[in-house]
Amino acid sequence: MSNPPVFLEQGRKPVVVVDDIKVTYRVFASGKKVTPGNSRVKHKGRLREVEALKGVSLVAYEGDSIGVIGTNGSGKSTLMKAISGLLPIDAGSVFASSRPSFLGVGAAMIKELSGEKNVILGGLALGMSKAEIKDKFDHIVDFAGIRDFIDLPMQTYSSGMVERLKFSIAAAREHDILIIDEALAVGDQDFRRRSEARMRELASGAGSVFLVSHSMKSILDTCNRAIWLDKGIVKMDGTAQEVCRAYAAAQGAPLDD
Amino acid sequence: MSNSAAASTGGFDPLALANAAKLTKVGTRPKLGHYLKDFAQRRAFAFTLAKFNLQASTAKSSLGAAWHVVVPALQIGVYGAIFGLLLASARPANFVPYLITGIVLFQFISGCFTDGAKSITGNASLVRSLDFPRILLPVSAVVSNIMRVLPLIGLMLIGILIFGQVPNWNWLLIVPVFVLMTLFSTGAAMISARMTVHLEDFNQLLPFITRVLFYSSGIFWNIDKMVPAGLLREILHNNPIHLYLVLARASLVSGYTAEANDWMVAAAWAVGILAFGTVWFWRAEEKYGRNV
Repeated sequence: MSNPPVFLEQGRKPVVVVDDIKVTYRVFASGKKVTPGNSRVKHKGRLREVEALKGVSLVAYEGDSIGVIGTNGSGKSTLMKAISGLLPIDAGSVFASSRPSFLGVGAAMIKELSGEKNVILGGLALGMSKAEIKDKFDHIVDFAGIRDFIDLPMQTYSSGMVERLKFSIAAAREHDILIIDEALAVGDQDFRRRSEARMRELASGAGSVFLVSHSMKSILDTCNRAIWLDKGIVKMDGTAQEVCRAYAAAQGAPLDD
Repeated sequence: MSNSAAASTGGFDPLALANAAKLTKVGTRPKLGHYLKDFAQRRAFAFTLAKFNLQASTAKSSLGAAWHVVVPALQIGVYGAIFGLLLASARPANFVPYLITGIVLFQFISGCFTDGAKSITGNASLVRSLDFPRILLPVSAVVSNIMRVLPLIGLMLIGILIFGQVPNWNWLLIVPVFVLMTLFSTGAAMISARMTVHLEDFNQLLPFITRVLFYSSGIFWNIDKMVPAGLLREILHNNPIHLYLVLARASLVSGYTAEANDWMVAAAWAVGILAFGTVWFWRAEEKYGRNV
């Protein structure tokens, strides 16, 4: 199976160019159950290589919002982390107009601290100034819809509330390139509408948005393009409509629109 | 093919495309100058992270921040009793002030070293999800150790006052000594941070390394009195941690002095380890994220 040709459009300004990147995870596979008499130390595991990306190329243009779909383990998150530079790649290169911002599940939150303190910390990590955070604080809290819980430690939040707050912090800033990795899956209907609107807004500037999601509806509502990853390679790259349709058909659940 | 009619498919030349649009390569290590500038701009993050981490670590226990004082106080009590009896006549002069300065300042240096080691691996989710100069993490570990030790230094001064030391202008020298110690510890924290990323097992060795340093740095015994003159004494004496204690005691405890040479070697250690630590840590910048 080989990659389809890269989706190119003359006359539009590229913001991200991904050139044949490969990522291989090297992991120890012990191959034996770890029991008290049979410890992992004694039976040294074999080094096993897992090719997460086997050569992926793509070009994202100004104003593009690209949905990334594929089954679990197809390399979606690895690709997003590689594009954002958070994960070192083994071969190939990624070029971008500015450093992409990554918003994924399980990020910078200290669960013993209140939501308020996490907003400050998250904002500072994203490079906002203290004054800027103060200005945007109310907006962030209201966008996430957690005003009543903002002074409680984050370990008391539901997972949906955590993800909502994280998205709100990240979305408070302008991004040239924003990558969202399934972070919105846990939000409720109302929040999903708000966040999708904000994503369209971010992409309509000079930027570009990548959205990893298992929800075809989310992708069709927000994205103009979609990329289907399968076992570490691009299976299809085209308009959101046609890629989602093909993917849904392959999954045995055709879209009815 | 799957692509829409509007798109042409052939002739993908990524380099030409990237160059024409003036795109830059992602995931490459920035130049050292840029790196340090970026670090300076985001230093508020290191300070806030240190402060919040400290609050979070004390929020759960009932004694809270008091533990930062209770633990070293207990240590001083135990070591004072055991080595005070054990060493008997070989006890250093002004034993209690000698021991207090040793334990409090050693705790700061070893704290930076151990917390630095955990700073990247222990913040894996942060490293994997946000882009910021990673050096902020070991620096933040040092900042939280400074916040923890400052009140302790106040108590240390009260402690040695109670045990018969008289305040004098020499006490002011503790400020430059502390600055040198902090520079050295920051370098050490960066080194241990990268070590742990390369070698997870380094964490297992850490308690052992701190123990060896504790016994060999003259916390409760006097290297210059007990070790016969010669190469071994030179080595033990010029161990940076011992030197900082020598300088601190020369400033605070009567009967102890430091030579100009001690100051010079201590400063050289501080600058050298900080410079080496910074550069060595920076050289792996683009690799943090994979191994954690």
